Amino acid sequence: MTGTFEPTIVGFLCNWCSYAGADKAGAAGMPYPPNLRTIRVMCTGRIDAQFVLKAFAEGADGVLILGCHPGDCHYKEQNYRALGRHRLLLRVLEQHGIERQRCRFDFVSAAEAAEFAAVVGEMTADIRQLGPVNLRAVGADAQ
Amino acid sequence: MATKPKLSVYWAASCGGCEIAVANLHERLLDVEAAFDFVFCPCLLDTKKQDVEAMADGSIAVTLFNGAIRTEENLEMARLLRRKSQVLIAFGACAAQGGIPGLSNVSTAADHLRTIYLQGPTLDNPEGTIPRRQTVVDEGVLALPGLLDQVSPLADVVEVDYTIPGCPPESHQIWAVVDAVIRGVALPPPGSVLGAGASTVCDECPRTRGDKRIDQLRRTWEIDPDPDRCLLEQGVVCVGLATRGGCGALCPQVQAPCIGCYGPPEGVTDQGGKMVSALGSMIDIEPLKGLPEAEIVARIDAIFDAIPDYAGCFYKFGLPGSSLKAAVAARVGVSAQDDQ
Repeated sequence: MTGTFEPTIVGFLCNWCSYAGADKAGAAGMPYPPNLRTIRVMCTGRIDAQFVLKAFAEGADGVLILGCHPGDCHYKEQNYRALGRHRLLLRVLEQHGIERQRCRFDFVSAAEAAEFAAVVGEMTADIRQLGPVNLRAVGADAQ
Repeated sequence: MATKPKLSVYWAASCGGCEIAVANLHERLLDVEAAFDFVFCPCLLDTKKQDVEAMADGSIAVTLFNGAIRTEENLEMARLLRRKSQVLIAFGACAAQGGIPGLSNVSTAADHLRTIYLQGPTLDNPEGTIPRRQTVVDEGVLALPGLLDQVSPLADVVEVDYTIPGCPPESHQIWAVVDAVIRGVALPPPGSVLGAGASTVCDECPRTRGDKRIDQLRRTWEIDPDPDRCLLEQGVVCVGLATRGGCGALCPQVQAPCIGCYGPPEGVTDQGGKMVSALGSMIDIEPLKGLPEAEIVARIDAIFDAIPDYAGCFYKFGLPGSSLKAAVAARVGVSAQDDQ
């Protein structure tokens, strides 16, 4: 079954770094899986944990958040804030039965087109392995 | 004598605290009694289910329904009281969002039965007996209501007109609603939250708020907090900023953090998500600057390790109503677990 499963991944990309990196990857013709649904945000600091929860509630199989490297944030330090939220959110998601690999945070600059393609490729492969989100599987796993 | 409108108060999966909150109206109960014919309340009155069944549909003016929907009996009573009531109010945190019983939704009913009756280290149950819907004994057949697979808020199983949140709802807030009904004040549009504020507990909290820079989280027994400073700033996980006001910030005023019983404020769909967003961005990042990326992650993780149970901390009263659990409920509906 995992052979035919194509995950839907919602990607929140920062305008100042990873969104430009994705653009660059596209312009350079670098291949990466078409599973990513990109949402451009002005900063990863804008991403409320509720956005991620909503994405999963509405059927996303994964959520990818890409921000600027530490020290490079256009708004001083909001990428640190986003990272803090992400680390806490992972634990909440796990308790809901959503595996850590399904919600990934990474640093990708505007220049790192190859890095962008690699992250999307890795994440898509990881989630193909996991299969669709099964929110019902929580109880069984807890034993 | 003109007929008084009928009032009922019912408990489903609840602790009885909501009834105590009603009883805490004290002498105003006499005003309630003067205005209403109090027809049904298993905690306080002798009337039975058959008496309610005998009433005409829509003959009860107002029902305050507390407790979550955990069993087939809860579901049956919710449907019965919906049919008999003109205005059905989800009363208290459990009816509003699942409450404490809703925390059991991290697991399934089958798992609970297994854990409680078969796997407990202090059990002596060689025949593996678990509660069943029907048990045949010499005298006949004994029946118990079955467990539903998951706990639901009232609004997931019947149409609800209004919600009065709180664990329990504060008595002065109950009175404000009852008094408005007695005086014939027009109620807000159906679906509204009554007897609570629109903003957060922080807005009612007298503690001083400053910059939030947390370098360590502390559980309540690990700290004797400064009584004047924001608890969150002192590292105590207080969910007041993700919780609807209306209680008067009672807990923070006695050195206890808000645990979220009034549910999310206006504009927040997911109380836990809101709290994660807030707490996640309060880490003191000054010491993290310049560190390698992996080290930053490790330092942040070390701070959050102090929280032992995320659902119990961020969704203590509303797990069934959280975005993810509500999505599950919308897909599968209310189902009884099969193997009882």
